Amino acid sequence: MSLATEKETRPFWTIARRDAAAGYLFIAPQLIGIVIFVLIPLGLVFWYSLHEWNVLANSFNYVGAANYQMLLADPSLPQVLTASAIFSAGLVVLNLSLALLLAVLLDQKLKGIVVFRTLFFSPVVVSLVAWTIVWSFLLQNNGGINGMLSAFGIEGPNWLRTPTTAMISVVVVQVFKNVGLNMILFLAALQGVPKELYEAARVDGAGAFKQFRRITLPLISPTILLTSIITIVGSLQVFAQIAVLTQGGPGMSTTVLVYYLYQQAFQFHFFGYGSTLSILLFVIVAVLTFAQWQLRKRVVFYEN
Amino acid sequence: MKLTYLKASAALAGILVPLAASGVTWAQDAVNLRMTIWSANEAHLAMFNEIAAGFKETHPNVTVTFEPIPFENYTTTLTTQIAGGNPPDLAWILETTAADFVNSGALAPLTDAFAATEGYDLEDVTEQATALWTRDGQLYAYPFSTSPFAIFVNNDLVTAAGATAPAELIANGEWTWENAFATAKAVADGGQADGLIVRDFNYQTWQNLASIWNGWGASPWSEDGKTCAFTDAPMVEALTRIHEAIFAEGAMPGPGENVDFFAGNAAMTITQISRASLLPKDDPFDWDLVPLPEGPIGAYAVVGQAGVGAFANRPNTQVAVEFLAYMTNPENSQKLAQFFPPARASLLNADTLAATNPLLSAEQLETVVIAGISTGTVLPGHTNFAQIQQTVRSGLDAMWVPDADVPAVLQSVCDSVGPLLAR
Repeated sequence: MSLATEKETRPFWTIARRDAAAGYLFIAPQLIGIVIFVLIPLGLVFWYSLHEWNVLANSFNYVGAANYQMLLADPSLPQVLTASAIFSAGLVVLNLSLALLLAVLLDQKLKGIVVFRTLFFSPVVVSLVAWTIVWSFLLQNNGGINGMLSAFGIEGPNWLRTPTTAMISVVVVQVFKNVGLNMILFLAALQGVPKELYEAARVDGAGAFKQFRRITLPLISPTILLTSIITIVGSLQVFAQIAVLTQGGPGMSTTVLVYYLYQQAFQFHFFGYGSTLSILLFVIVAVLTFAQWQLRKRVVFYEN
Repeated sequence: MKLTYLKASAALAGILVPLAASGVTWAQDAVNLRMTIWSANEAHLAMFNEIAAGFKETHPNVTVTFEPIPFENYTTTLTTQIAGGNPPDLAWILETTAADFVNSGALAPLTDAFAATEGYDLEDVTEQATALWTRDGQLYAYPFSTSPFAIFVNNDLVTAAGATAPAELIANGEWTWENAFATAKAVADGGQADGLIVRDFNYQTWQNLASIWNGWGASPWSEDGKTCAFTDAPMVEALTRIHEAIFAEGAMPGPGENVDFFAGNAAMTITQISRASLLPKDDPFDWDLVPLPEGPIGAYAVVGQAGVGAFANRPNTQVAVEFLAYMTNPENSQKLAQFFPPARASLLNADTLAATNPLLSAEQLETVVIAGISTGTVLPGHTNFAQIQQTVRSGLDAMWVPDADVPAVLQSVCDSVGPLLAR
């Protein structure tokens, strides 16, 4: 009893509560933004995915799991998921290896190296659509790339009109656009590797490749994990490149999940089914990210 | 930030609206109508604003604004506005999506309102023009533009290649697709320019090929729209001929090539007459406008249409319909005819059209515009057109390679689009 009375007489604003309140106030702007622009829409999308929503007829009917059954039976979905997988795999492999290669090459104390770093980073700050439109001119059958090839007597393929080269084109255009970002992250990681480790390794007789394999790779592995998550999630959200370069063609060879979702919802007006597809995308991204975090425990090396 | 404004304005409205309702009646009656359009042309906007100003004289409380949306994403943007709960009061509608809008119940019926409008003369609007926009005897959108497809010719390029000009072929009664392709091939063979372009086709907007395949009597689906007709003999023959012109003869630029007729880079282009405004003013070439050539079935014409409708079940639907009746009455139809070939029989004569189309000769107006509108078939459309268009486009991609098996590709097109048509 006495304890309770003692509690009552304590002021409400203890130091701990004050600190907590201040903390919440500081994160409030961000939190409100996330709630309004991420969490609420996410909930709404799930709600829409349980409905058949005909925009023109202004009908919005609860259909339960019908959209999810449609998803399982959708004859186009295997093609779409395959295209997404090829795109993501190609992008991640090409982007990370190229970024690492560039970072290693640019991690030198040479005169004018900053110029090259800036050069490789500059596409990152170019507007995505402008970048893609320029590439669409280069990749045309009578465009710049084939013009250059024909100067060497090579007849280039019709890049955006053949399924294989169309996929390669969208991957490469995306890699060149964003490789600079991963390059900078790798460069920072490389410069964080203590130099004395290399000296010690040299003394022990390790060659350049062995040093890279045994020292560099383990020490930058947290960055590799980070960049691979960012790149995979980004690759699943690719839209503008597809919309500008191929519109998902030829056939459905470059119709990735986000583009398919856009077609269903905004072009064919199946907003309910489009929402179902975005739930699928959400699940895929969540599962992949979770798997990568799990993988972290086994392959990522932390110095301490 | 936006939300704060929203809340603030909602709160303000909460105070002001009851005040206005109690005291100031005019505030309650003020009506703002919004019409989405796909033209951002200054002259078009000026004309529409003039018509809106005319309406304001009799309806001082009504203000109409015109909202241009880029053509490429027009329908997508419009339906997104509707989905977002912010539909316009009136909207232009493309012929290809007419069925979707007319059948959905989204649009307000117009026939009774037009018939009740004094001096409207609904009889004057041709049945051929309204067919696409009518359901159960009610008109749901007014076809304000019926624009024939025709061929623009660059005579400089044709003469330089030593080919026969279309005008000469027409004079000799030899204006057929075979000769048209031959002229295109002759120019393309010269290597300085391309042959024939179906404008806006780009190996995607396949419905524009109707301007050629209608000459073979082909159509993409049966008349009731339920069965795929890509495998029917006329379509197979027409597309085989088109494929040959592209890949064997080089008479048409291939996929992935961007060529502009109006920049002087091709001998001929199939497009609608309203594109005459793109003809170069500086450094012009000697151009001609001729009707589509005769196909195996003889002479034919193809038209593109645009309708304008008012959305149903909106607070201002009734006023929107009234404005539509005003906008398309005989007097304003004449104004619209400056840019958009009219659906009114009384305006379809060389004299009226000559006054508004200074670029075209009397003969061109007669043979291309008037003949085209009175005999033309509208571009193919269908309910759920966007999905059907995309499915067919995706299937046809396999045909736009040199060694394609045309009948086999068309069979696969029918296999994939058949279930969508039957729905």
